[in-house]
Amino acid sequence: MRARTKVLKIDLSRYKYEAEDRSELFEKWLGGVGVAVQLLREEIDVKADPLGEDNVIVFAIGPFTPAYPLASKTVALFKSPLTGNLGESHAGGRTATSIANAGYGAIVIKGTSKTPVYVVVNNEKVYFRDARGIWGIKSSPTAGRIIAEREKGRGMRTIMRIGGAGDNLVRYACVTTETYRHFGRLGLGAVFGSKKLKALVVIGRGSYKPADAGGYRKVYEKIFRTALESDVMNKYHLLGTPVNVNPLNELGALPTRNLKAVRFERAEEISGEAFAEFNLGRRIGCSHCPIACIHIAVLREPYEGAPYFYKTTMISYDYELIYALGTMLGIGDRDCLLKLIHRAEVYGLDAMSTGVCLAWATEALEKGLISEKETLVKLQFGDHDAYLRAMDFLVDQPNDFYKHLAQGVEKTSDVYGGKEFALAFGGNEMPGYHVGYATHLGYLMGLRHSHLDNAGYSLDQKIEGEMTPREVVDSLVKEEMWRQVLSSLVVCFFARGVYKPETVVEAFKPLGAETSEEKLRELGREIYVEKLKLKMDMGFTLDSLRLPKRIFETETPHGMLKEEFFKEALDYYAHKIKELTG
Amino acid sequence: MSSGNFLIPCAKKRAMPKRLVIKDLERCVGCGLCMYACARRSAKSPEIGIDRSGILTTSLSGFERGATVIFCRACEEPPCVQVCPTGALTPRRDGGVSYKEELCIGCGNCIRACNIGAIFERSDGKPAVCVHCGYCAKFCPHGVLAFEEVPA
Repeated sequence: MRARTKVLKIDLSRYKYEAEDRSELFEKWLGGVGVAVQLLREEIDVKADPLGEDNVIVFAIGPFTPAYPLASKTVALFKSPLTGNLGESHAGGRTATSIANAGYGAIVIKGTSKTPVYVVVNNEKVYFRDARGIWGIKSSPTAGRIIAEREKGRGMRTIMRIGGAGDNLVRYACVTTETYRHFGRLGLGAVFGSKKLKALVVIGRGSYKPADAGGYRKVYEKIFRTALESDVMNKYHLLGTPVNVNPLNELGALPTRNLKAVRFERAEEISGEAFAEFNLGRRIGCSHCPIACIHIAVLREPYEGAPYFYKTTMISYDYELIYALGTMLGIGDRDCLLKLIHRAEVYGLDAMSTGVCLAWATEALEKGLISEKETLVKLQFGDHDAYLRAMDFLVDQPNDFYKHLAQGVEKTSDVYGGKEFALAFGGNEMPGYHVGYATHLGYLMGLRHSHLDNAGYSLDQKIEGEMTPREVVDSLVKEEMWRQVLSSLVVCFFARGVYKPETVVEAFKPLGAETSEEKLRELGREIYVEKLKLKMDMGFTLDSLRLPKRIFETETPHGMLKEEFFKEALDYYAHKIKELTG
Repeated sequence: MSSGNFLIPCAKKRAMPKRLVIKDLERCVGCGLCMYACARRSAKSPEIGIDRSGILTTSLSGFERGATVIFCRACEEPPCVQVCPTGALTPRRDGGVSYKEELCIGCGNCIRACNIGAIFERSDGKPAVCVHCGYCAKFCPHGVLAFEEVPA
């Protein structure tokens, strides 16, 4: 197979690096998640402390990067400091193409530096740079700009960095790339922080040749035309992911005020349509993707006390941010919501976990489980100024309460109570859907963890009538197995309509690899099992899962949810796991 | 035009030269499809990657200010040609330069001489420069680039 198959290993404890060709690994497991699971398995002690020297990070790209468009994502696997189990996160930007052009299929990061560093991979060379002067800069964009100006490789590089949240080990800190894209979920930023790694820069300018020149150009053009001309990606072209706000609100599936409600009276004001009409300032794309789904809003604010002075900020918005920092916190004013999104961006906080944590804290304060002595500011749904201050506190952690809240809502509710409305599944704060059984089962069973973890939210929207617990579990597992293939290829999930099985088979040919839909599906099953085993070795059990009571108290489009359904589904899933893992 | 008259082809004015031009830079989303197209421009020997791309997309000091694309603007007196010691770079009839790789010794003079930083260094030290073939324009999804006639 013509693809990037070299693995670069960087050891931060010894300031050493080595590269090794692992074509056998890529031949068998494609790339991305498939390869990363194997590399993590090779390198990590499953008992490693997620914030200790033994944790390992694997970044992996797929065989279609940069051969074909829309293969713009990178997979990161690591042990999550938020859940203590397997962490997975995907990001776009320029990361995938830069890693490929530098000559690598995967980059492994081990060890812990004694002092703050940032690491520059420039094609075959690796440089360890002193970052003591950059450490503690709370703003991820500022840290990124300083590094951008000091380093070469403009237009050919990715700068993956952390902000204050990562420096201060907030367990849901993210790693940001190219200002607006994120390895968002499960705390990769805190793992960077624990390794004293402020940033990883990868500069790449290399090429390789396909096995079949003519075939390659033909397949390329076909994929390119499909992406542009068909409507399979139209949704992301136009309004972007926030196109979901209005329909989910109408459906009654939009978690609002810590899921006390599923419709938000001001949803219209913070919908994709409203953002596009009043704030959309520009759109940008990930490297080698024509879609440009990254929507950037303009926020124009007058300086206080200085007439005719304005500051203008460009802020990237998506559905999940509107949910977590908007509806969950009762924020219906676009400018206020943009300020919250911007603060999360600056600090490098995962917006979803942040919103869910703050929504829990607001309700806990309402119920008297905690007082302002803990929260330091009066948190109230709708009060964005209070939430801005609370985000400062999450990063600075001035008292025990914020030290706990920076570890996630599961840990915080262990200490202060309020478990029944602590919206975490397997220790991870919930995404923005309350659609039905498949949604929540998906959060529990999800094997991907990145972004939405699973396709349950979408299954619930497609189901006509009712499905039995077994049917839901079977559908979720089947879809998840195919998505292991997509995240090994690593194509953008938004492009799953473009990369249908037959297209994938066709695209492999000019790269010199023969496969079939059947083989790919079997591989998806194998990767699923490999990942499940790794998770179980890291301590995952179905028995330890908890369903927050709140999801049974608030109606879904499929009616009120019943616990028995989950019990039956999970019993069946336990049986299925046994069958799968032997 | 009658076909029979053999004089006509000789008398016909040569078509206006075509070049790669910017139609609207503000529409650039930084996707870089042009760079990857440039790598595929040779039908016989397309490449995967950007080593030989004579065009570069980059953010404007971070994507909050948008993106831009950098390539040869076909200057009238190309400094890159003046400093080429081997004649590998010569003025192209329709503007811009022609590049003969077999003559190039990879001295890098042209890369340093280009006023706008539009010649890039390949991994073998030789230059990657736009020769205005127009292949990339076909893949620009947002109407930034076009391949069209311009006054010589």
